[in-house]
Amino acid sequence: MPVISFENVTKVYPLPAGDVVALDGVDIAIDEGEFVLIMGPSGSGKSTLLNIMGSLDVPTSGEVTIAGRKISGMDDDDLTLLRRDHIGFVFQQFNLIPLLSVVENVEYPLILKGRQNIARNRAKEVLMAVGIAETHFSHKPGELSGGQQQRVAIARALVNDPDFLLCDEPTGNLDSKTGTAIMDLLSRMNRDEGKTIVMVTHDIRMTEYADRTIQLEDGRVVV
Amino acid sequence: MTFFDLAVRNIKRHWLRSSLAVIGIVIGVIAIATLGIMGNSIGLMFSDMVTDVGDTLIVSPAAGVGGGKLTDRQVTDIRRAVGSNVVIPFSTTADKVSVGEKESVVMIYAIPAEDIPLLLEKESGNYPRDTGGGCMIGSQVAANSRDNGLKLGARASIGGDTLRVVGVLKERGLGFDINPDYAIIVPYSWYSNHYDEDDYDQVIVKVRDVNDLDAVKAAIEQKMNRREEVVNVMDTRGILESIFAATDAITVFLAGIGAVSLVVAGVSILNVMLMSVTERTKEIGILRSIGTRRKEVMRMFIYEALILGLVGAAIGGVLSFCAGYVTTAVFVGNPDYLFHPKSLLYILFGMAFGVFTSVASGLYPAWKAAQLNPIEALRYE
Repeated sequence: MPVISFENVTKVYPLPAGDVVALDGVDIAIDEGEFVLIMGPSGSGKSTLLNIMGSLDVPTSGEVTIAGRKISGMDDDDLTLLRRDHIGFVFQQFNLIPLLSVVENVEYPLILKGRQNIARNRAKEVLMAVGIAETHFSHKPGELSGGQQQRVAIARALVNDPDFLLCDEPTGNLDSKTGTAIMDLLSRMNRDEGKTIVMVTHDIRMTEYADRTIQLEDGRVVV
Repeated sequence: MTFFDLAVRNIKRHWLRSSLAVIGIVIGVIAIATLGIMGNSIGLMFSDMVTDVGDTLIVSPAAGVGGGKLTDRQVTDIRRAVGSNVVIPFSTTADKVSVGEKESVVMIYAIPAEDIPLLLEKESGNYPRDTGGGCMIGSQVAANSRDNGLKLGARASIGGDTLRVVGVLKERGLGFDINPDYAIIVPYSWYSNHYDEDDYDQVIVKVRDVNDLDAVKAAIEQKMNRREEVVNVMDTRGILESIFAATDAITVFLAGIGAVSLVVAGVSILNVMLMSVTERTKEIGILRSIGTRRKEVMRMFIYEALILGLVGAAIGGVLSFCAGYVTTAVFVGNPDYLFHPKSLLYILFGMAFGVFTSVASGLYPAWKAAQLNPIEALRYE
């Protein structure tokens, strides 16, 4: 069974100037262990697709199944718990919580789940796996370089052992060398740990890391 | 790391802003507590001043009837109405009293000699009798003997007659029946002769059993006011009750003024928290996107308001105690009033109201934060 499945999914934003169709009958199935890129020009519906995959948004029509759960009819709490327990987010801007130290940022999703007892150790373990030195654990995110912050963000995404990682331009704010290091890390997670990764990007060079690419145009899957 | 920790850290992040909000709560708590204590102290001051006369009825002529006097006959009627309870008629006047060269104007109570011991306690000397030309002086009159010459054994002349001061009364405090502390007490027989007067100003009825008060009052009214309103019967308990009701109302009013300042503090917390929500929109978006539920976001913000309120209430409580001490010691002159349970209760009430106001002010910002759309919040810069 696919980790993510879209069946004839449509998303319409009603605007005063007329309805905007962001997704128009999209069918997608992403299997466990895949590394899938989502590409397409601006306005092609990438962000909408990502938001629905991340259960941040719901489709206007069609059936979306995430980690084996149909999201139609879910309320806000259900969607939130789906994100918490099954999805790991990696953002372009890292989006770490500035108030929390590196290790606290990573343990936060476990705390949300009420796993205080294992949180600290698990967070340290994942941080080391993504290549953050122990000396940085008590630093605030702002004290780290961009590449390090993104590694922390990836650790936070992985800490709950999610069904898949959802990455939105994860190298967009990094220089190419650091970006490559991050891509190597993600690629390793996919290859060695069997993590399913869905990644939205503009960068054509990313295709070398991915198993396949879904090309969007005007809200439709073209390839 | 919990939501509570997160709230604490956010308060620390904006410590200046948070401190100002806390100061608002502190001032509000102090205002409620000190104004409440002040009002309560006024009430306590009254009850300390007023002698315990809960067992007393005061019968006075109704306005415009019989020249404002009660006749002997009416007094007899009252005696019949009240049965075995004690009836003490009296008259009052003021006159020049001189002792040697010293002269002063003093209030004079004329009470039948045999009734004086029933109504008043003596400090020293004896009670005057119908014969023998004696009188008693009130405690404050005695205290001022240097100016008025009135002391035990002195010869006081009133309008050509001379009375010997045979006794001094115990201090009695402010009463609703008579206020003898500043007066001379003379036997009614002397008064009647001297001023050629047979009527009485008022009648005091001492009720043996306080539970009979209403029944006795009704009996007097039934007997005396059958055809027309001849007398007024006041029961002192009722007067006391209405005075305490009035001081209670003053206290509530004062505390209400304090509450207004707390409401202002609440508005400032509302403002601080709304600012905080706006500033942290992106952060809220992140928290929501990685799986923080609405109610958890809400809880985090309510904790913030709660912490501000608790800190403000704690500081305010301590300062209220100090301010209460100053208030009772300086304005009312009796710091003991601060330790009266009701006064202390005002401090607790102020603190509780401070916490409540703070949390109530945090509710809307917390709700607003929880309602943010995670997608839009994430995009917020």
